Amino acid sequence: MTLIDLANPTRFLALTARVLPWLAAATIILLTIGLYQAALAPDDYQQGATVKIMFIHVPNAWLSMFVWGVMSIASLGTLVWRHPLADVAAKAAAPIGAAFTFLALLTGSLWGRPMWGTYWEWDARLTSVLILFLMYLGLMALWRAVDDPSRAARAAAVLTLVGAINLPIIKFSVDWWNTLHQPASVMRMGGSALDKSFLIPLLVMAVAFTLLFVTLHLAAMRNEILRRRVRSLQMMQASRIAFSSEVAVGSREDNASKEAGAA
Amino acid sequence: MAVAGGDCFPNRWKPSMTALAALIRRDIRIALRVGGGALIGVLFFLTVVVLMPFAVGPDLALLSRLGPAILWLGALLASLLTLDRLFMADHEDGSLDLITMSRTPLELACAAKALAHWLAAGLPLIVATPVLGLLLNLDMVATAAVALTLLAGTPALTFTGMIGAALAVTLHRGGLLMAVLVLPLSIPVLIFGVAASQAVIVGPMTFGAPFSILCALSLVSLVIGPFAAAASLRHGLD
Repeated sequence: MTLIDLANPTRFLALTARVLPWLAAATIILLTIGLYQAALAPDDYQQGATVKIMFIHVPNAWLSMFVWGVMSIASLGTLVWRHPLADVAAKAAAPIGAAFTFLALLTGSLWGRPMWGTYWEWDARLTSVLILFLMYLGLMALWRAVDDPSRAARAAAVLTLVGAINLPIIKFSVDWWNTLHQPASVMRMGGSALDKSFLIPLLVMAVAFTLLFVTLHLAAMRNEILRRRVRSLQMMQASRIAFSSEVAVGSREDNASKEAGAA
Repeated sequence: MAVAGGDCFPNRWKPSMTALAALIRRDIRIALRVGGGALIGVLFFLTVVVLMPFAVGPDLALLSRLGPAILWLGALLASLLTLDRLFMADHEDGSLDLITMSRTPLELACAAKALAHWLAAGLPLIVATPVLGLLLNLDMVATAAVALTLLAGTPALTFTGMIGAALAVTLHRGGLLMAVLVLPLSIPVLIFGVAASQAVIVGPMTFGAPFSILCALSLVSLVIGPFAAAASLRHGLD
């Protein structure tokens, strides 16, 4: 089974129908374990119980960037390999990515209120995530602006790839502009700065959220394929009605001319 | 260009170089003529800057502090508004299809069009900056700094905006959609443009670091812009 085999939407639907229940079950199990471990994790000596927001916030933030990466690969699939399902994947991923980004912003701001004393701070990381959110919304607006899916797909693919090149530049510029957020602490040279009691639940939650994304993404792709089928069926039906009424008009005219000839 | 540098290029490149020069000349001529709309950008820039004191109050000290930011925002919006015309008029009269089908690489043709657009619509903004600087109580050095950063930064605005213009023309949607798509991409240019200008006026940073990053951004967009715009035109026009 290669990626090309999935180019047939019917085969894709059949495969995902088999895989999705397992994925959903794995997601639920891992989320339960992760949330349980997160609830049992000790309070931070400085931040108290609010540190638990981290277990939701960090996976959301990680996925907000991961989803753009998935969309970029799908866009390459649209532009380079013309894979028929690539634009379905890109379109289905955009709203999910926007939702994860919004949740990252929301949980971050709820966390910031007790920690920094304000819901919003024009700090570098918050600002660049906000810009990422704006770009997701712009991309969704682009998808909605055109009714022909394949035409919208190519435009959105170009924009996604330009965004993928520009996002690191934007991130760098905003960092340069202002910085207040704590520096990266999970992955850095010389091991993680997080204690094991935080790190393990965090990793479990990250994997669980990634699985959640995969599940939602596949389900959204199925919906998108079905929506396109409904759309083309409706168009066929509309053209059939238009055609049959045309034929009816034509036959009536024929009859009229025959009657005129008979008279 | 091709006549003067005849020996510099291999023979097969000559036709495309003349074609590009002709394209640039044509676009500039159209932009400067009646209905071209290049100079409306300057008028818009002037109007935005004149509006600012009504919003923040006629406090000259405050205005001179906000001056570079106001000038940069004005130039950003003005260059965004004129971008609509980059491909739209050519698409309407069919010459865009000819450009797409011609033997000149579409990437080069896009770059030539953007260059012509910058010469016709971007340069006038920079020429107007000293006058507008007077209105905002900027001194000579500050005005020169803003003009210099605009000179280095507006090509980046044009070349990244070109991507939005190409998307807009393939989708038959312009205006707000293009603005929403292009504005986030221009944030780095705005950051470093204003930072370099502020560095001259208040310090303590040096002018050199943000200014060279600004030049780098322009060069990067010079590479990315034509390729992305050409890709979107090639895949989108049918």
